[in-house]
Amino acid sequence: MSRADQVGDVILSVESVSLAFGGVKALQEVTFDVREHEMRAIIGPNGAGKSSMLNVINGVYHPQQGKIRLRANGAWREFRDMDSHEAASLGIARTFQNIALFKGMTVLDNVLTGRNLKMRVSFLEQAIWVGRARREELEHRRAVEEIIDFLEIQHIRKTPVGKLPYGLQKRVELARALAAEPSLLLLDEPMSGMNLEEKQDMCRFVLDVNDHYGTTIVLIEHDMGVVMDISDRVVVLDYGRKIADGTPDQVRANQAVIDAYLGVAHG
Amino acid sequence: MSIDIGTHDTFPKLLQHHALVRGALPAIREKDLGIWQTWTWKQFADEARALACGLAARGFKRGEHLALVGDNRPRLYAAMCAAQCLGGIPVPLYQDAVAAEMAFPIQNAEIAYAVAEDQEQVDKLLEILPQCPTLEHIYYDDPRGMRHYKRPQLSSYDSLLELGRESLARDPAFLEGEIAKGSGGDTAAMFFTSGTTGTPKGVVLTHANLIDRAKVAAELEGLNERDVVLAYLPPAWIGQNVFSYAQPFVTGYCICCPEAAETVMSDMREIGPTYYFAPPRVLEALLTQVSIRMEDAGRMSRFFYRYFMGVASRVGGAILDGKPVGIIDRLLYWLGDLCTYGPLRNVLGMSRVRVAYTAGEAIGPDLFRFYRSIGINLKQLYGSTETSVFVCIQPDGQVKADTVGPAVKGVELKFTPSRELVIRSPGLFKEYYKNPQATMEAKDREGWFHTGDAGYFDADGHVKIIDRVKDVGKLSDGTLFAPKYLENKLKFFPYIKEAVAFGDERERVCVFVNMDMDAVANWAEKRNMPYSGYTDLASRDEVGDLIRECVEKVNADLAAEPEIANSQIHRFLVLHKELDADDGELTRTRKVRRGAIAEKYQPLVEALYGGKESVHVQAQVKYEDGRTGMLSADLKLRDAKTFPPAAARKAA
Repeated sequence: MSRADQVGDVILSVESVSLAFGGVKALQEVTFDVREHEMRAIIGPNGAGKSSMLNVINGVYHPQQGKIRLRANGAWREFRDMDSHEAASLGIARTFQNIALFKGMTVLDNVLTGRNLKMRVSFLEQAIWVGRARREELEHRRAVEEIIDFLEIQHIRKTPVGKLPYGLQKRVELARALAAEPSLLLLDEPMSGMNLEEKQDMCRFVLDVNDHYGTTIVLIEHDMGVVMDISDRVVVLDYGRKIADGTPDQVRANQAVIDAYLGVAHG
Repeated sequence: MSIDIGTHDTFPKLLQHHALVRGALPAIREKDLGIWQTWTWKQFADEARALACGLAARGFKRGEHLALVGDNRPRLYAAMCAAQCLGGIPVPLYQDAVAAEMAFPIQNAEIAYAVAEDQEQVDKLLEILPQCPTLEHIYYDDPRGMRHYKRPQLSSYDSLLELGRESLARDPAFLEGEIAKGSGGDTAAMFFTSGTTGTPKGVVLTHANLIDRAKVAAELEGLNERDVVLAYLPPAWIGQNVFSYAQPFVTGYCICCPEAAETVMSDMREIGPTYYFAPPRVLEALLTQVSIRMEDAGRMSRFFYRYFMGVASRVGGAILDGKPVGIIDRLLYWLGDLCTYGPLRNVLGMSRVRVAYTAGEAIGPDLFRFYRSIGINLKQLYGSTETSVFVCIQPDGQVKADTVGPAVKGVELKFTPSRELVIRSPGLFKEYYKNPQATMEAKDREGWFHTGDAGYFDADGHVKIIDRVKDVGKLSDGTLFAPKYLENKLKFFPYIKEAVAFGDERERVCVFVNMDMDAVANWAEKRNMPYSGYTDLASRDEVGDLIRECVEKVNADLAAEPEIANSQIHRFLVLHKELDADDGELTRTRKVRRGAIAEKYQPLVEALYGGKESVHVQAQVKYEDGRTGMLSADLKLRDAKTFPPAAARKAA
């Protein structure tokens, strides 16, 4: 089965979204969609609005115009001002450009926090830790261990995150996002600041996640090699506007994109 | 202590036996999802039997080969036994080999069946499929990433197991019959020797070979079903296979498979093995880790560490050997054990180690003594794939840093006039697969196996291996000249990185020494010695004296060994540049190319033998970017003190 067969129907659609901070127009009338099981990249020069776009999708920013439609649990939801915890409960998980982990906690505990929304038993039951609470904890631990195994971070399971090298912290963050069993995963520059080998590892893991769990992935990335290699479709933003949308090959050949990246001669 | 294995002359029969007598005891553990998961002997036997039936249903025949590609995993060992149940021959392959290296064994043995651990190994097998048309069945254990693989050769281990369970339920007698057909003389496994010299050779070992050697060594060390081993070296290496397959099948002990290569240290701490093997490089890496962590420790800990390690190096070895030691020292050692050695052993995961072996290459005496002094019963052994490992083992109480011990029970040893060690043993291999020529060269008509290693018996009858036969020469007075032995002795000093010894057909031995830049630079810094670079530092008189001390210590050592006392080092020089593979002076695996160096530095060798005080050299060097440059320097040639053989003890 090729990758194209695997990609399904639209799961998320962003419709003429505009976002402004005072006079700064971060996003202007941006429209695009994401299909199920797809690897969708958002690229663009610095300040193009990529991170703002992700923040809009997972409810950190609320756009002034436009709407976002998301298919979750078989039903369409339409919204403009959703809270980020609502987004999480709809199956959206993300990682951050500058790692946002609990530095003093172990890798295992950090990944367990990703299961937060799946924990059902009450605080009191947790404290006594009998019956249901115990069973539930074992279940969560198992789920987390499977992710740890999947991302090959067994050797640092008990290491405090703050002691880890950058590349591994990024992987732990991915693990925490996966622990929520998301249907839509937003990755904000998962390969930034990595050396070549770490990038290759990360690419493999991102592809594996997409393939194994069938997770739909939206990623922002600066490394063009990575983007062109692993994504199915690419959206290009520049100064808050969408300037191109299509397969990597189409985007690569697009004159507007070339201009945005290389600059235009002002004659 | 003797081990009763009754009439069970093959591994599958032994497995049945264990499933009966100690069915509920752990046979093999694997850390999976963060938890140690255990297979009892009964479960192990059930898995292997079902798998065997599965293989049979897929057409696996007696005498057929089964390639195993993967790390130490319970299922890999189950597959190994399954093949043997049917009279098949498992062929473990190195899991870290590149695809091209796997092609030869598969072509050579016309292998049709393979069990691969995961996607990575499957990819390699698929890559060489065009060259290996015989390979028709590949079973993979870990299904991760395998969803899109649609090749007809592929199916999962689980499906094979399922098929086997069904056919076992239909006809349980079939497998019993197959197992009963096996006998000790059958081939148990085939191991491919690494092909550093020419193409690899498949070493064919029988059940009798492996079981006999495993049993003799287990009896010598008193191994039993309560022992625990961590299986962390490649299963394609005969040593690991003996420790994690042959010996547990003989004694019934439990083996543990670590979670991943990176977790070996912590897994070892959790398991606390009682029986342990490590090649010298692993032991060295562990010691380095300890030393580095001690440097970072608080002043108090450092003081205790230094003080008690002093005590340990004085009396620790003697206490372990059961030799008489004064009451004060005993008391101090006991205290040290409480504060330092005990916790240290714990950190290393060696608290429960009763027997530890090292082998494979020469081990530095300091490194060796370090482990023994903190109470770890580290011993050396000698053996090879062709001998089912165990040829010599140092018995408790007779452990020396520079020998490999006397022959174990059943082994006959002798040295040929050319000083080559030859062996006759019940563990000796049947043949090299499809290579009668090589078999004849290695095993002569009377059954002596030629090891290619040169050495001699020391005063206590221990075997001492000094070099490969082809490298050993003679001084003009007839004394044995073993260049690698001398070089290794020099290299055990931290200040010496490489050494090259000359002396074949000459009167005396002279050496080139390559200083270790890191160690010597550190040493120079502590003395406030300014220097501009490698060449400058190497030419300093202080460094010359430092190296001279090392050389003289080696000479004192050599004087104590009558066989080679005359090969003491008379003159040496410190080379002005580092020997480098790019300049053709080392092999890619960092072994010195003595011939090439002798040729390249001909004037230096002549100057050493000509008695000159100094010599001017110009050498061409290749930089990493491919440019070449010239280095010139004045090298001082130095004399080293030698010792008359009798006076050696005093001087040392």
